[in-house]
Amino acid sequence: MADPVLTLSNLSKSFGALKATDTVSLTLLPGEIHALIGPNGAGKSTLIGQIAGRIAPDSGSITFRGRDVTQLSTAQRARMGLGRTFQISSLIPEFSARRNVMLALQARQGSPFRFVKPVLRDRGLIDGAQAILARVGLEGRASVPSAELSHGERRLLEIAVALALEPACFLLDEPMAGMGTEGVGTLVRFLRDLKQQAPILLVEHDMDAVFALADRISVLVYGRVIASGTVAEIRNDPRVREAYLGEEAT
Amino acid sequence: MSAALFFEQLLNGLQFGLMLFLMSAGLTLVFGVMGLINLAHGSLYMLGAFFCAAAASATGNFWLGLIAGTAAAAAAGALIETAILRRLYTRDHLDQVLATYALILILTEGTKIVFGPFPLYLNTPTLLQGTVNLGLTEYPLYRLALIGFGLAVALGLSLLITRTRLGIRIRAGENDREMIAALGVNIRALYTLVFALGAGLAGLAGALVGAVQAVQVGMGEPVLILAFVVIVIGGIGSIKGAMVGALLVGIIDTMGRFLLPRAFGLFLDPSQATVVGAALASMLIYLLMALILVLRPQGLFPAHA
Amino acid sequence: MRNEHREYAVNAVLALGLLAVPLWALWANEPFTITLCTRIAVLALAGVGLNIALGLGGMVSFGHAAFFGLGGYVAGILAQHASSGAPILGLPGSNQMLVIWPVAMLVAGTVAAAIGALSLRTTGIFFIMITLAFAQMVYYFAVSWPAYGGEDGLPIYVRNRFPGLNTMRPWDLFVVSWGLLMAGIGVFALIRGSRFGAALMAIRQNPDRAASVGISPFGVQLAAFALSGAITGLAGALMADLSRFTSPSMLAWPMSGELIVIIILGGVGRVFGPVAGAAILVGFEVTFGGMTEHWKLWLGLVLLGVVLFARGGLLGLIAGRERLG
Repeated sequence: MADPVLTLSNLSKSFGALKATDTVSLTLLPGEIHALIGPNGAGKSTLIGQIAGRIAPDSGSITFRGRDVTQLSTAQRARMGLGRTFQISSLIPEFSARRNVMLALQARQGSPFRFVKPVLRDRGLIDGAQAILARVGLEGRASVPSAELSHGERRLLEIAVALALEPACFLLDEPMAGMGTEGVGTLVRFLRDLKQQAPILLVEHDMDAVFALADRISVLVYGRVIASGTVAEIRNDPRVREAYLGEEAT
Repeated sequence: MSAALFFEQLLNGLQFGLMLFLMSAGLTLVFGVMGLINLAHGSLYMLGAFFCAAAASATGNFWLGLIAGTAAAAAAGALIETAILRRLYTRDHLDQVLATYALILILTEGTKIVFGPFPLYLNTPTLLQGTVNLGLTEYPLYRLALIGFGLAVALGLSLLITRTRLGIRIRAGENDREMIAALGVNIRALYTLVFALGAGLAGLAGALVGAVQAVQVGMGEPVLILAFVVIVIGGIGSIKGAMVGALLVGIIDTMGRFLLPRAFGLFLDPSQATVVGAALASMLIYLLMALILVLRPQGLFPAHA
Repeated sequence: MRNEHREYAVNAVLALGLLAVPLWALWANEPFTITLCTRIAVLALAGVGLNIALGLGGMVSFGHAAFFGLGGYVAGILAQHASSGAPILGLPGSNQMLVIWPVAMLVAGTVAAAIGALSLRTTGIFFIMITLAFAQMVYYFAVSWPAYGGEDGLPIYVRNRFPGLNTMRPWDLFVVSWGLLMAGIGVFALIRGSRFGAALMAIRQNPDRAASVGISPFGVQLAAFALSGAITGLAGALMADLSRFTSPSMLAWPMSGELIVIIILGGVGRVFGPVAGAAILVGFEVTFGGMTEHWKLWLGLVLLGVVLFARGGLLGLIAGRERLG
C-alpha cells in the first residue's frame, strides 16, 4: 500500500473540561476520498482547525507528505500543498472571483515580496485564474466581487481557490453546505474526478453525498473516532447506527 | 538614599497606580462589554477635574466639587454614549478611533470655551491638609487619603462586579452579547450604564488628582495613554488585570524615575547619570509593555481565557 | 462617467491643482500661499506613508507621529552636526537633503519595524493602543533627552540644501516637496497594484484566507508597516525643513491623530486620498483658524459627521466605492 499523504497520530485538544479532539488517528491515502462524519459538536471543526494549522493540538502529531508539520503555521502547510476550503465561505470579499483565484496562484508561485509588476496586467495569472474558474463553471462571474456572489457560487469559488494551489491533498469542510440538490449532484461528479488529482479529506453532513463518494469513512463522536472503514462497513456498524445514524433518524 | 525617601516614593507609586486604575477600569469595561475603543476617556477625566475645581471654588467645599466632577463626567459619558457612540458598536475600530478622536477635539475646545484657557487650581480640603507620621516618614495626608480612596473604590467596584445583578449582567455581556439579550436584559440601558460608570470613574480620578496638580486642558491624554499601557499589560476586559497593570505601571514608573538616575550615578558622572537615568525612566513602562507583548501578548489576565 | 474614470479625473485635478496654485502664487508674489501648498504636500506625503499601513494593510496605527517626528529629528540633528562640525556616531553631519532623506527613511523605517514586530503580535484594538503607547515613549524620550533641545526642540537655522535649488525660496522648496509627494504616490500606486499589495489587501480583508493559500500575514504586514513608517519619516524630514524647526510636538499623539484624519477625509486606501485629505485639513485650518481660535471644535464636528454619514471621504463621495478588480 502506498504511504499516506496525511497522517494524524493521537491528536488531542481540550478546551477546559471539554475534550474536543480525543486521541484521533487517521490517514489519507493517495487517490482516495476519506470522509469524516459525525453529529454536530463531535469536534469536526476543531479537528480541521488542527490539520489546517489554525489550532495547536495539546498532544499528538500531524504528518504531511512524510514531514512532521505539527509545529508549522497555516501558511507553511498551505505552501507544502494543503488546499482547504472553509465550512462558511471565507474569501476576500472586495476581490473579484478572478482575483481570489489569482491570489492563490500568486501564492503558489512564491514570495509575496514583489513590488513592481502590476497584478491586474499579469496575463499569466489572469489566464490561469480564468481557466480554473471555468473548471468549476464560474468563468462568467469572474469580475464579480466575491461578496456579491450567491451562496452556491461562493462555495464553488472556495473550491476554485483550493484548485489553484494544486495541492497534494484537499481538505474540504462541508463543501455541499447550503447547496441545492442539483448543485450537490454536480459537485459529487466533480469531486469524483478531483480525487484523481489529489486525495480528499472530506467533512460533510450530506450523507447521500458521502456514501456516493467516499472510499473510506471515519466517524467522529465526542472527539473520538468510534469507527473507521469502507462505506459498507460503516453502514452496518451497530455503534455508528446507535451513535450517529440513530440520531439522524430521530 | 534614605529608607524614608524610598518608602515615600513607594507610596507615591501606589497612589499613582490607584488613580491609573480608576482610569483603566472604565476603559477596560467599556471595551470588554461593548467592544468599543474610547480615546475620549481622557477627556472625561479632564471634565471631572474641571467641574470639580469650578464647583469647589464656587461652593467653597471640596467634597461638593468631587461629587460635581464625578457626576458631570458620568452625565457627559451617558450623553455621549446615547447620542453618538452607540451607533459605533458594530463599526470597525477605525471608525471608533476617529469618532472618539473627534470627541477629544470637541470636548477640549468646549472646555476651553466654558472654563477659559487658563489652568484652574483646586485646593486640598482642610480636613486632609498637612502630613501624617507613618513612622519612617512624614507623608502628605491628602495623598494618603487618595490611596485609601482608590482602594475603597477598587473594592467597591469588585463587589459591584461579583456580587450584584448589574455585575452579573456586565460579566454576561463580556462573555456573550446574545445571551444577555436572551435573558431579557435591556442592552441599550446596560451599555449606557456601563459607559456612564466608566466615565464617572475617570471623572472621579481627574477630580481627585486635580488637587495635586494643575487642572488644565490636555491633562487627560497622557493619562489615557498610560491607561492603555495598563490594559495591554493587564489584559483587555479584565478588572483584575487593570488593577495589577495599574499598580505595576504606577510603582515602576515612580520608582524608575527615583532609582534609575541614582543607579546610573554609581558609574557615570552625576549630570550624565541624571540625563540617562531620567530618559530611561521615562521609557521604562513602555519597555515593560514590550516585554509583556513578547512573553504574553494577550496580557497577564486576559478576560476571555 | 464611470467611477474609475471619475477618480482619475479627481486625481489629475488634485495633482495639477496643487502645482497650479503655487505657480499662480509665485506670479502674484504670495509666498505664504506657496508655503501653505508645501505644507499640504508634506502632510500628504506623510499620509501616503500611513495609507500603506492603514489603507492597504488595515493596520490602524495611532503612532505614526513617532516616525514623522523621527524623520524631523534626523533632519535637525544632521544639520546641527553639519554646522558644528562635530561627528555623530563617528560620521559627519550633513546639510544635504539627498543625504538626510535616506537616513530619515532608514531610521524611521527601522523603528517602525521594531514597533511593528511587537504590535503585530496582537490585532485590532490592541494594535491601536500599542502603537499609540510606543509613539508616546519616543516622545517622552525626545523630551527628556537634552542634547537635541529636549522640550524646546531643535531649530534649523538654514534649510538643508538640494542641488541646483535654493531651498530658502518658498517656490524651490515647494517643487522639492511636490516632487517627493508625486514619487511617494507613485510608490504607493505601484505597491497597491503589485503582488505584495494584493497580499497586503487580502490580509486586511481576511487574514485566515490569506494564510490558507500560503501567505504568512506577519511578514507581509511587518514589511508594509516598516515601509509605511519610512515614507512618513521622509515627510517628517521635509516638515522640519519647511518649518525650520524640529519640535517634540511632531512626535506627540495629536500628530498621529492628524495623519489619520488626513486619510479619512480624503478616502482610506485611495491613491490620492491623502492629498485631498491634507488639502481639506490645511484649508479648514486656514479658513476657520482665521475666524475663531476654537476651529478645532468645528473640525471635531465635521469629523464626527464624516464618520457617521460619509465614510468614504472626499474621493468616496466623488468616485463611489473602490473596486479592487
